[in-house]
Amino acid sequence: MTARTVLTLAGLTLREAARRKVLRALAVLTLALLGLSAWGFAKLAGLESQAGALTSGEVRLVASQLLNLVMFGLSLIAALGTAFLAGPTLAGEVESGQALVLLARPVRRSAVLVGKWLGLVAFGSGYVVLAGLAQFLVVRVTVDYWPPQPVTGLALLAAQTAVLLTLGLLLATAVSPMASGVVAVGLFGATWIAGVVGGVGEALGNEGVARVGTVSRMLLPTDGLWRGAMHAFQDPSAVLAAGAEFAGFPFLSEAGLTPAYLAWSVLWVALVLGLAGTVFARRDV
Amino acid sequence: MTAGPDLAAARGLLAGLPPSPAVWCSGLRKRYGRRTAVDGVSFTVGRGEVLGLLGPNGAGKTSVIKMLLGLVRPDAGEVHLLGRPGRDPRARERVGYLPELFRYQPWLTAAEVLALHVRLSGAAVPDAEQRDRLGLVGLADRTGDRVGGFSKGMQQRLGLAVALVARPELVVLDEPTSALDPLGRADVRDVVLGLREEGVAVLLNSHLIGEVERVCDRVVVLDRGRVAAAGTLGELLGRRELRLRLTGVGADAEARLAAAGRLTRSGESWTVELAGDEGTAEDTAEDTADVPGLVADLVGLGVRVHAVEPGRITLEERLLGILRGDRP
Repeated sequence: MTARTVLTLAGLTLREAARRKVLRALAVLTLALLGLSAWGFAKLAGLESQAGALTSGEVRLVASQLLNLVMFGLSLIAALGTAFLAGPTLAGEVESGQALVLLARPVRRSAVLVGKWLGLVAFGSGYVVLAGLAQFLVVRVTVDYWPPQPVTGLALLAAQTAVLLTLGLLLATAVSPMASGVVAVGLFGATWIAGVVGGVGEALGNEGVARVGTVSRMLLPTDGLWRGAMHAFQDPSAVLAAGAEFAGFPFLSEAGLTPAYLAWSVLWVALVLGLAGTVFARRDV
Repeated sequence: MTAGPDLAAARGLLAGLPPSPAVWCSGLRKRYGRRTAVDGVSFTVGRGEVLGLLGPNGAGKTSVIKMLLGLVRPDAGEVHLLGRPGRDPRARERVGYLPELFRYQPWLTAAEVLALHVRLSGAAVPDAEQRDRLGLVGLADRTGDRVGGFSKGMQQRLGLAVALVARPELVVLDEPTSALDPLGRADVRDVVLGLREEGVAVLLNSHLIGEVERVCDRVVVLDRGRVAAAGTLGELLGRRELRLRLTGVGADAEARLAAAGRLTRSGESWTVELAGDEGTAEDTAEDTADVPGLVADLVGLGVRVHAVEPGRITLEERLLGILRGDRP
């Protein structure tokens, strides 16, 4: 009974995303981003610095940075898209009355929630993987760069999307659909900025400032996962060669993820989803 | 383990028991902040019975329905649906529901909405039967259209089909005709009567008293969160009356009229409330009261009788009486 509910609602959520023009809006945004990045990378290939033509190492370093920058754009689109889907799909349905007939069926509310979560994760991950692969191909064609760990990177990017939409679902059980989307995206941005601040702190050797990034990465694992993804996309030798002058730069990551941090991210998602399930189960509709 | 004679006997005893009621609720209570919306409501709906839930706005009717269906958590009280405790989602396996606030996924077609609800209910209902349900509510030629393009009335018709699609044994209809034209209301009435014939229990909440009076076996009247009255229509409408238009009424004739029941007069119109025996809804006043005898006596006393109209107090009058009498 529960598995049937979960799968039915996951399918319904995917169908909603596909039919509600979200997909078309995402496709247009993504194509725009891919087109612009292709143009930029094509210019990069023929770029000459003041000292003459760029060396292959310099091209790889700049390509790594630019790829990370564009992937950040993609992750932002994915974050916005899923956060604004997660809100309406729960809070919106309760507000409009759509949830009444669904929840009056022989279903557990936790199963409804997990089904919606699964559908959203599938949608967000599918988007990230497809758009990310397209971007890799653009970079490959224009500057002949291929990220060292594309699968790990895309998986971490998908995990980042999952973390954010889980937060969006939790918020949607308590506040209005629009507010939950805005708060989720706001927290996502705040964590990223806190991560940048922490990076600057590390570069300056200021422990207090560095701790800002560490704490925010624990509270909301989006930025930590994003840094892990960046690390998988960038050319390691190029970053090593770049040395200390790039310390604290927001679109390069010095270290990959530790297994402990990955485990914490999984636990974080489970905890937040469990909390959302508890709140949703107790709620009057 | 083998089934001994005792166990077989116990099974036989269980099988012989009447089925548990479609709805059984006891002591339901719900507060929203400082306002008590529902205060100790208990009633039952028997299998195959049509129960009307009546009451003014804010009486707690929709809150009671939502507590029955597990949509709202009661602060106190118990619910059993079709023999299972309301806390168990399986209690709702054979329950259909049309909410007062009805809205269905606008990006799905009518047929897809029905298929979704069949899947969630766990019932195996063939496509043809699902299409039949859409036909029953007058949406046969809109099965492939997106719900987003439906009018309010069509969405309510779709809601009725959703409530009926998973072969329910209990159907809960909350204001099922609020968006429908007179023709649609007649359709809903036919649907409810059809359900009663099939032995499906119906809990009907409606403002349209005439609708309730026509289809319901029993009525529960809620007022300010409490059950103000409950009973069969016969029990509630037991009082019958006789309306007469008379001239030349003397003191003797007036005494004769007063002897038949409580008397009220406005000009030439006299109304006698026939006291005593409480018949069922099907009985008419003439069967039990001696109306011809009364008329003969009046004529004998020199009264000119212009009109004699036996009648029953309507549910509307009774409802207003209950609700107004209830006010301090």
